[in-house]
Amino acid sequence: MNRLTKALLAWPKALLLASLLASLGFWLVSDRMDPYYMDVLTKIGINVILAVSLNLINGYTGQFSLGHAGFMAVGAYSAAAVTMFAGPKILALAPAALLSPATAGLFLAALLIGGLAAALAGFMVGAPSLRLKGDYLAIVTLGFGEIIRVIFRNMDSLGGALGLNGIPAYTNIFWVLAVAAVCIYVVLTLVHSTYGRGFIAVRDDEVAAEAMGLNPTRYKIAAFVIGAFFAGMAGGLYGHYTLSIDPKGFDFMRSIEIVVMVILGGMGNTAGVIAAAALLTLLPEFLRPFDKYRMVFYSLLLIILMLTRPQGLFSWKRAFKPAERP
Amino acid sequence: MIVFLQQLINGLSVGAVYALIALGYTMVYGILRFINFAHSDIFMVGAFCGFYCSRMDAGRTLAGGLLVMAVAMAVCALLGIIIERLAYRPLRGSSNLAVLITAIGVSLFLENAGQLVFGADPKPFPALFPERNFTSHSGLTISSNQLLVFVVTAALLVALQWIVMRTKMGTAMRAVSFNHQAAALMGINVDRVISFTFGLGSALAAAGGILYSLNYPSIDPYMGVLPGLKAFVAAVLGGIGNIPGAALGGVLLGLIETFVKGGKYSTYSDAIAFGVLILILLFRPAGLLGKFQVEKV
Repeated sequence: MNRLTKALLAWPKALLLASLLASLGFWLVSDRMDPYYMDVLTKIGINVILAVSLNLINGYTGQFSLGHAGFMAVGAYSAAAVTMFAGPKILALAPAALLSPATAGLFLAALLIGGLAAALAGFMVGAPSLRLKGDYLAIVTLGFGEIIRVIFRNMDSLGGALGLNGIPAYTNIFWVLAVAAVCIYVVLTLVHSTYGRGFIAVRDDEVAAEAMGLNPTRYKIAAFVIGAFFAGMAGGLYGHYTLSIDPKGFDFMRSIEIVVMVILGGMGNTAGVIAAAALLTLLPEFLRPFDKYRMVFYSLLLIILMLTRPQGLFSWKRAFKPAERP
Repeated sequence: MIVFLQQLINGLSVGAVYALIALGYTMVYGILRFINFAHSDIFMVGAFCGFYCSRMDAGRTLAGGLLVMAVAMAVCALLGIIIERLAYRPLRGSSNLAVLITAIGVSLFLENAGQLVFGADPKPFPALFPERNFTSHSGLTISSNQLLVFVVTAALLVALQWIVMRTKMGTAMRAVSFNHQAAALMGINVDRVISFTFGLGSALAAAGGILYSLNYPSIDPYMGVLPGLKAFVAAVLGGIGNIPGAALGGVLLGLIETFVKGGKYSTYSDAIAFGVLILILLFRPAGLLGKFQVEKV
């Protein structure tokens, strides 16, 4: 644990409350802010949720998952389905004076449903992970992500290959920052609780963890379910922000982007991952003039990073050491 | 029945290409225990080499086509060796995930550099070989390109089997895949064997790229992604690290896919490969021909 994480963990509940209030305050003044900055901040918030939740699976539990965009897709589609198909009927019942709290409640419910649907998908992906390790697991999660995408492409009720359009614009800076704060809170306090030490134990040495009486299976599944839940919520936020989603937006590349954030920040280093998510969201904005070379640059960065600092940019201690077995 | 046989022929020709790519995955995995994600992009580079070298084969003769293929194989073998030297060798001995992520980085680099160099738009792949269709009395059609795929794949498989089983280098490859340290103690230059393996696998991928493009003549920098993933699935299906297994897995996967495409659920065909992969890993993680290894603590 580094100093920043320690500071985050000193008064977790107070900090959560403070950040929720801060996001509310941010929302109140958001009208007076430059829309461009708000746009970037929203994108950062969504990426932070995705990266921190993936960090629970990849970083803390050591289960390399390449299918995070698939969970995001499940959440985005489920939440959008709720607000688009059930939303108008529910809002019609609400009296005019209570319309805005009703909308907020509806959106929260939609986000939660999106998260739960993604958590269910996470459970289904987590189950095979009991038998698989390392790169095999990576390729299976990749496969799951692609399968989810193909299924959405074939579901005509959800727009098929064209995707869903006309999703109501419910996402604002409050929701994004609040969900990000809750996500960080849950992941940090969970991992640093007595129960949560098990995640790290499973990552460091599964056999030893099992010998100590932990049940690695349960930890792995828990990591997948919780990680997928927040990815689903991020998907819901994303859908209600961009107002249209299509299966292409949740492809393998999207998963890789999130993985890169986790690696850049340092596996199992939440503060680093948050910083990396912000950095990698800002980077394309700065690289806009060189848009053509952006992806080349990005891939080179990934290679050079792995060759020189495999432990991440923001980790000084080696968090991820190779298992040395004869 | 005719439809069935026709699908069988089509499936075999797709499967043969998958088998060629799968061999590269399986050989590298057998020796280094990691998934070379960039392999599918070497397949793409192979196809583009064929595209740019096609003017060497102005007459579209069999010999000219084979020459183009040989040039592409040589270029890709070199590329594979360079990639291994620059990106993977420095990571020898570090965690598997670091290598896997580097491989993903190399893959993205090749795709995006390919977009800059070759252009993002799909290009028509030229016909390298003389073409004609052979039709039987009952209406069964087999194109010369499909025949070529069978013949070239079979020849390459035999050559590979000969290299691995009968040559000194092949013996060294098997020794290294068995145990790096013991092989090094026996006087084998492990780095050279690994370079050779990458070259060999990449050459096979290049051949696969050209054969694939003959039957699907539209090439772009992202063309390798899907066939590459499927070939990887094929390698796992046959038992990764196992050379005959990769060939068997490729052919099986090609057949499964072709029959699904011909059926009712054709839009799901891309998901089939992954479905097969997940089932295999759940019920027989070592693959069809692989040996299950107990983990020792």
